[in-house]
Amino acid sequence: MAEGAPRHFDEMTGRGDGVRSPYFAYRSWFEAEDPARLKHKAAEAETFFRRMGITFNVYGEADATERLIPFDVVPRIISGREWARLSRGIEQRVTAINAFLHDLYHRQEILRAGRIPVELIAGNEAFLPQMIGLKPPGGVYTHIVGTDLVRTGENDFYVLEDNARTPSGVSYMLENRETMLHMFPELFSSVAVQPVSTYPRNLRRSLAACAPPNRSAGTPTIAVLTPGIHNSAYYEHAFLADQMGAELVEGHDLRVVDGRVAMRTTRGYQPIDVIYRRVDDDFLDPLNFNPASMLGVPGILDVYRAGNITIANAPGTGIADDKAIYSYMPEIVEFYTGEKAILKNVPTWRCSEPDALAHVLDNLHNLVVKEVHGSGGYGMLVGPAASKKEIAAFRKKLEARPGNYIAQPTLSLSTVPILTKAGLAPRHVDLRPFVLVSPNGIKITPGGLTRVALKKGSLVVNSSQGGGTKDTWVLDE
Amino acid sequence: MLGKTAGGIFWMFRYLERSENTARLVDAGFRIALTRSATAEKEWESVVATAGVRDAYVERHGQFEASAVIDFLLRDRANPSSVLSVIAQARDNGRLVRTALTREVWEAVNECWMTLNEVLSRPVRDRDLPAVLAAIRQQSALVRGALHGTMLRNEIFDFARLGTFLERADNTARILDVKYYVLLPSLSLVGSTMDNVQWETILRSVSAYQSYRWVTRGDPNPRDIAHFLILDRRLPRSLAFCYAKISNNLGYLEADHGTRPHSHTMADARFHSFQNKPIDAILDEGLHEFLSGFIADNQALGIQIERDYRFHE
Repeated sequence: MAEGAPRHFDEMTGRGDGVRSPYFAYRSWFEAEDPARLKHKAAEAETFFRRMGITFNVYGEADATERLIPFDVVPRIISGREWARLSRGIEQRVTAINAFLHDLYHRQEILRAGRIPVELIAGNEAFLPQMIGLKPPGGVYTHIVGTDLVRTGENDFYVLEDNARTPSGVSYMLENRETMLHMFPELFSSVAVQPVSTYPRNLRRSLAACAPPNRSAGTPTIAVLTPGIHNSAYYEHAFLADQMGAELVEGHDLRVVDGRVAMRTTRGYQPIDVIYRRVDDDFLDPLNFNPASMLGVPGILDVYRAGNITIANAPGTGIADDKAIYSYMPEIVEFYTGEKAILKNVPTWRCSEPDALAHVLDNLHNLVVKEVHGSGGYGMLVGPAASKKEIAAFRKKLEARPGNYIAQPTLSLSTVPILTKAGLAPRHVDLRPFVLVSPNGIKITPGGLTRVALKKGSLVVNSSQGGGTKDTWVLDE
Repeated sequence: MLGKTAGGIFWMFRYLERSENTARLVDAGFRIALTRSATAEKEWESVVATAGVRDAYVERHGQFEASAVIDFLLRDRANPSSVLSVIAQARDNGRLVRTALTREVWEAVNECWMTLNEVLSRPVRDRDLPAVLAAIRQQSALVRGALHGTMLRNEIFDFARLGTFLERADNTARILDVKYYVLLPSLSLVGSTMDNVQWETILRSVSAYQSYRWVTRGDPNPRDIAHFLILDRRLPRSLAFCYAKISNNLGYLEADHGTRPHSHTMADARFHSFQNKPIDAILDEGLHEFLSGFIADNQALGIQIERDYRFHE
């Protein structure tokens, strides 16, 4: 891709030593700051996060230690103009995803038109036959989407992943801003930054707008369904429920009563209208999906089918963010919107295809190879960073089950400076904006979650593997 | 509110109250042991019994020796009632009911947990004990302060208070019950004076040493102490005070819900029994019989509240 370019594109300095315009105001503030004060502030941020309990549990660690996601005090800044273009692209893509899901679970025009191979859907675990013919309340499948973007140059943005199931991280977007406002209030009076704090209210509104036709009188009752306090994202579940004024429930708080999903309150069972669920499809309903699940509500899918509850996101949306489907996104966008995709897809080799597999096997040292159903940066090979031994081991796995993998070129991800002991230093970043879909339209919070690889040269930004986060500013211009 | 959330709040405040009570018991035990090495083992034994963990302790340590008892009551994670254990439970419950707490209350309980984990990270030396016990009391006071200063007076608050006072009543009754043998011999000998150190311990265990002096004159006597701890409605740790509060909070729930489940009848009956009963009637009936009856009823009330308000499925 950007190989041959002299260096990575840095969002503060571009490819030279100057300062790009979105960073003018911040940079001059930074240069006037006392470095010792900034370091002190960085330490203060950590105390702030700990005291608030903004921690996450790491799966597989015996002592249930709670960790903090490291926070870097240098914001990532996006100009209003850049953002306008990005949000048009995101809106187009999310619109197409919802149309695609509706089509897949109804007439399947896109398969009939031969634009996507039928086998890709038919044999896919993320496709739920139970959803066929079912119309979700409000016609929305993906109420909440987190579109992962990366940047490689001044005008080059790529979509890395469409998180259409239960994207997480929005609480960090909100808390990072809170933390910055708390630590550097003066900065926000000199730089006009678009606010993100409206997200919880917008989330509530957009969920309420999808309430089912048979529902309680008055304001719809919304509940956030969490797997419980040991889940790694529990903080976020509690945070969102609190901010929305919704109930935070677990499976054992709910049961089906008189054809509605109801929660056990101190006054008896009371029906709820909308469930923002943070448990996976498979665990949602032991009667209809995984019978061993203790996290869901027996019979909730039957209530859903009868139109008496809204489930956000709808079951079966995972088919849209499947990595094998990903490579077809440009066709999907064009098929449903009639327009060329505004946001680029990363070129992707589907290892299920013999020609592609041959190419991938010949170029493993240059490619990133991912499992089709994997997530969180696990089970992937980053060719340029891998040893000969690791490549050889991965080659065996790939040859054994080629259909399980896709491969992409290693992108030259943009960098944004972080504050280190030695001052500012560039580190690779990605961006997850959060998108809300309701019958009244699509709302994208300006900014999103910037994840940053804290290790020099590293391309892995996942918090489970040592990544951190930054506040993300979209300038109000 | 969710039944589970009501239960989470109720137990969160029971645990916080327990941590404070344990700190107080250890404090009183430590004082008496300092002044009376001859009976120290006996004193520590009664401290462990009052904390309701005698069997677990004996299984682990056998002898009632100061440093082992202190460690067991403050730090041992194998003891579910140790301060470290209950603070971790209270904080876990706080996470569970996070949406029912103000930010201030949540931060206070989270900070309580962080601070006490640090303070109790290694065995407490005698010379550090007073500071450690003070830290425990102080942290729990901060949570209580945040609760009073920032929470809406709705059912969430009622369940927090119910948990507090059920736990407190249990604790006061246990202290008296474990020490009733100290009161007994002197009760039977009218006019005899009590062992100074013993009655001081009882009063210190419920932070009532000062207030007892304020409300009584002359030498302390067992009848007055029993009256003070059981029936005096001015003392915030007396059984009558706790039941006045429990009755009140259930009354608010009744007004709010428009229903009066069985737990209310149980609580009110107990509350009224305190109003009409002179201390001599209780002593005639037998202090131990009265207290063990009370402890059982108090426990039954807790179970009935859990049922009436659907804490569990």
